[in-house]
Amino acid sequence: MDNILSLLIGLIFLAGMATPLLYRIWQKNTGLYLSVIPLIIFAVLIAELLQLAPRESSLLETSMGFLPGMEFAFRIDGLSLIFGLLISGIGVLILLHASYYMAKYDHQASFYTYLMFFMGAMIGMVFSDNLLVLFIFWEITSVASFFLIGFDHHAEKSRQAALQALLITGFGGLCLFFAVIITGNITGTYVISELLEQSIHLGNHPHYYLILTLTILAAITKSAQFPFHFWLPGAMQAPTPVSAYLHSATMVNAGIFLLMRIYPIMGGTMMWKYSLMLTGGITMFLGAFFSMGQRDFKRILAFTTISALGTMTLLVGIDTPDSLKAALIFFIVHGLYKGGLFMIAGIIDKSTGTRDIYDLHGLYKKMPLTTVVTLLALISMAGLPPMLGFLGKELIYEAKMQLPDVSWLLLPLGVGANIMMVAISITVFYELFIPDRKRKPIELKYKEKELPLRFTVGPILLAVVGLFLGLSPKFLETPVDNGLFFMGNQSAELSLSLWHGFNDVLILSIFTVLSGVLVFFIRRPVTRLIGKIITWLDRLHLPTLFTQLINKYVKSAAKNTNLLQHGYHRFYLLTFFLMVIALMGIQIFRITDIHLPELTPSPIKIHVALLLLVTACAVVFAVFAKSRLSAILTMGVVGYGIAMLYLYYGAVDLAITQFLAETVLMVLFVMVIYYLPEFAILSSKKSRLRDGIISIGVGVFITLIVLKAKFLNLETPVSEFFVANAYTEAHGRNIRNVILVDFRALDTMGELTVLTLAAAGVYSLFRFQIKILKKKKTGTDEPRQDDNKKMHV
Amino acid sequence: MEYIIAIFIGLLYACGVYLILRRSIVKVILGVFVLSNATSLIIFLSGGIQRGGAPFIPEGAETVDPATISDPLPQALILTAIVISLGISAYILALKYRYFDVTGTHDLDQLKNTDQR
Repeated sequence: MDNILSLLIGLIFLAGMATPLLYRIWQKNTGLYLSVIPLIIFAVLIAELLQLAPRESSLLETSMGFLPGMEFAFRIDGLSLIFGLLISGIGVLILLHASYYMAKYDHQASFYTYLMFFMGAMIGMVFSDNLLVLFIFWEITSVASFFLIGFDHHAEKSRQAALQALLITGFGGLCLFFAVIITGNITGTYVISELLEQSIHLGNHPHYYLILTLTILAAITKSAQFPFHFWLPGAMQAPTPVSAYLHSATMVNAGIFLLMRIYPIMGGTMMWKYSLMLTGGITMFLGAFFSMGQRDFKRILAFTTISALGTMTLLVGIDTPDSLKAALIFFIVHGLYKGGLFMIAGIIDKSTGTRDIYDLHGLYKKMPLTTVVTLLALISMAGLPPMLGFLGKELIYEAKMQLPDVSWLLLPLGVGANIMMVAISITVFYELFIPDRKRKPIELKYKEKELPLRFTVGPILLAVVGLFLGLSPKFLETPVDNGLFFMGNQSAELSLSLWHGFNDVLILSIFTVLSGVLVFFIRRPVTRLIGKIITWLDRLHLPTLFTQLINKYVKSAAKNTNLLQHGYHRFYLLTFFLMVIALMGIQIFRITDIHLPELTPSPIKIHVALLLLVTACAVVFAVFAKSRLSAILTMGVVGYGIAMLYLYYGAVDLAITQFLAETVLMVLFVMVIYYLPEFAILSSKKSRLRDGIISIGVGVFITLIVLKAKFLNLETPVSEFFVANAYTEAHGRNIRNVILVDFRALDTMGELTVLTLAAAGVYSLFRFQIKILKKKKTGTDEPRQDDNKKMHV
Repeated sequence: MEYIIAIFIGLLYACGVYLILRRSIVKVILGVFVLSNATSLIIFLSGGIQRGGAPFIPEGAETVDPATISDPLPQALILTAIVISLGISAYILALKYRYFDVTGTHDLDQLKNTDQR
C-alpha cells in the first residue's frame, strides 16, 4: 500500500508518454482505457481516506528525485486528500467524457498525452512534500494547460488564448520559484512536513513581505484572480472536457491549494488578510456580475468560476477557522457542480450544435435526464438546499459575518455575488429547458438515448455525489478536520449539517434567493445594462491590452538586440576593451592599498634597454606604416627583438623558436601580400583619435597590471618541482624540454592538434579556391610550410 | 628593468589594440601578431627576469640549483604559445586571402551584412 501512490503518479506520466503508441491500438477507446489509472488512484485515495486519523498525516518517501534535496516524497493529509480525490475522480469522468466528445478531433493521441501529463502534474503537486517538487509540478501544469488550451491550434484565437494563459501562469510560476527559493534559504529546508512540524512562521522575517507578495502573485495568476482574471474566459477556446477539468478540480484551483498549503508558514498576517480579501472580494463580485452578460454557456460558466475562485481566495484571506473550513468545503462544492455543468455544456453542444443559451429553449422534453442533472448542479451553484452547495454558501456567510471590521464591505459583496449566482442559475435553466411557444422546437443531432453512457455518466455521478454529500455531510468531517489541523494547528468546531437552525445566516440565504429570483424576472434590463458596462469596459479590454504589452515588449527587445548586435566588428572589440579597462580599473583601484612585500627590481641593463627602444620604434612604425611591405618588415623587427630579449635572459630554445616562427610568418605574409589590397585609411580622423586614446588606455592599464602582478609573488613557483625532478623522474637534462614532452605532454599534444588543424585549414582554404575559382588562379603559393616546420628541442 | 619591460608590454598592447580596431583586415592581422607577442612577454616576465643560465642539468649532476638558471616553466608555456600563435596567424592569413578573393573587399564594415537579414 505504502508507495503505491508514487508508482501510480509515475504511471500517469508513463501512460501519457505511451499514449501515441496506445492510441494506435485502442483508437477511440483510448480515453476509456486510460481512465483506469486515475480510477485506481481514486480507489487508493479512498482507502487512505478511510484510514485517515484525525490528527495525523502520513508521508510516503521515495529515494527518487530530480536532485539531492529534491526527492519525491508524498504527503497525505486531509488537504491533499480532498484535492487528490477531486482531481483523480473528476479526471476519470473527464477521460470518459472526452473519449466520446473528442472522437472526431484530429491529433487525439497528443490530446490524451497532454491531459495525462496535466493530471499527473496536478496530483503530484497536491501530494508533494517538497516545495521545489511542488514548483516543478506546478510548472508542468502550466505547460500542459498551454497545449490543452491551444489544442485547436489552427485557430488564431486559441493560440492567442493559450499563449496568454501560459505567459500569465508562467509569470506566476517564476514568482513561486523565487518565493520557494527564498523560503528554503531562510528555513533551511524545502520539505513541507518539516516546515509544518517545526511550526515555522515567516511573519517576522525581514523578507516576509517579498516572499508573501511573490507567493500571492503566483496564486492569483494561477487562480485567475483580479487583475489577472482575464486569461480564464480566453481559455474557453479549449475543448469542453478540458475546460471542465481546468475549472472544476485542477489548474485554477492550484492557486487556492497553494494558499492553503503555505497558510501555516506565512498566512494570517495583516498583509495576507487584506491583500487576499481585496483581490478575492473584487474577483468574486466581478465574476458573478459579468456572467449575467454572457450568451455562451461556457463563458457564463467561466465567469462563475472566476467568481467562485474569488470566493475561495476571500475565504482563505478572512482567516478564521470557520472561513478556512468554508473554503475547503466550497472547493468540493464547486468542483462537483462546475465539472458537471461543463460536461453538460459539452453534451448540449454535441446534441444541438450550439452553446448560446438564448438560441436554445425547451430542451427538457427531449433531454429529460440532462434536465434533472443540470437542475441539481444549478441548485448547488445557486447555493440552495438540499445540495452541498447550500452548506458551502451557509458556511461562507457565517465566515463573513464573523468579521465585524470588514463585514460591512464583504457581506454586501458576497450577497451581491450570490444573488447574481442565483439569478444566472435560474436564467440558464429557464433559457435552456423551458419551452418558448413563439419559437420552433430545437432539432437535436443526437437523441439523448443515443449518447453513450461514458459521455453522460460524468455529470450524473457528480450531481449524485453533490446531493449525497449535501444530505449527509458527515463524510467530509474527517478530511476537512484533518486538513484544518495541518493548516493552522487549530481545530474549528466542526459539525457539518445541512440544517443550521433558524439564524441570521438563514435569513441572509432567504434574502439572497428572493433577490436572485427578482433579478431573474428583470433579467432583460439587467443583462442589457451589464452588456453596456462590458462594452464600455472593453476600452480597457485586458486581453487586448495584454497582447499589446507583449507585442511592445517583443519589439523593444528586437530594437535593443539590434542596438547591441550591430554587426560592426570593431565596435564589438571596442566594447570589449572598454569593459576590460573598466573592470581592471576597478580592480587596480581596489588593491592599491594592499601592501605586500615588494621585490626589488633588477638593475637596468643599457643594451637591453636599447634593444627594447629599437623594437618599440619598430612597432610604432608598423602601426603607422603606409606600405604593406614596410609594415611587415617592421613586424619582423619586433619579433626578432623579442627573440633577442629571450636569448639575453637565458631562454635559448625560446629564442630559437621565436626566430623560426617569426621567419615563417614573414615569408608567409610576403607570399600572400601581393594578393592583398593596399593599405588604405578607412576610418575617419575622429574615430582614429578615439581608437588611439582607447588603445593607449589599454596599454597603460596592462602596464599597471603587469607591474602589480610582477611584485606580487605569493606562492613558491612550481618550477622548483620540475627542476628537481627533471632528471630523476623524466631522465632529461633539458628541463624545458622535459616539461614540454613529459610533465605537460598532453598540453603539447593539444598544441600539435591546433597546429595540424591550422595547417589543414590553410591547405583546404587554398585548395578550395583553386577548384572553384579557376579563373582567378595564379598558382605559386603553397602555404604548407608551416607544418613541415616542426618544432624545437 | 621590470619597469622598462612592463612599459614595453604596455606599448605593444596599445599598438596591438589600435591595429585590431582598424577596419582594414590586414591591419587587424598585424594587430593579432603584436598582441600574441606581447602576451608571451607577460608570461615571460612572470618567471622573473634575473639573468640566469639556460635551464639545463649539467652532465653528471642529478639536479641543479633553481637560483642559477632561468625559470623553465614560463619558457615552456611560451614555447607552446608561440607555436599556437604561429598556426593561428597562418590560418588567419589564409582565411583573409580567401575572404578577399571572394568578397573583393578588405573593409571589415562590409562584413556586417553577412548575417541573414
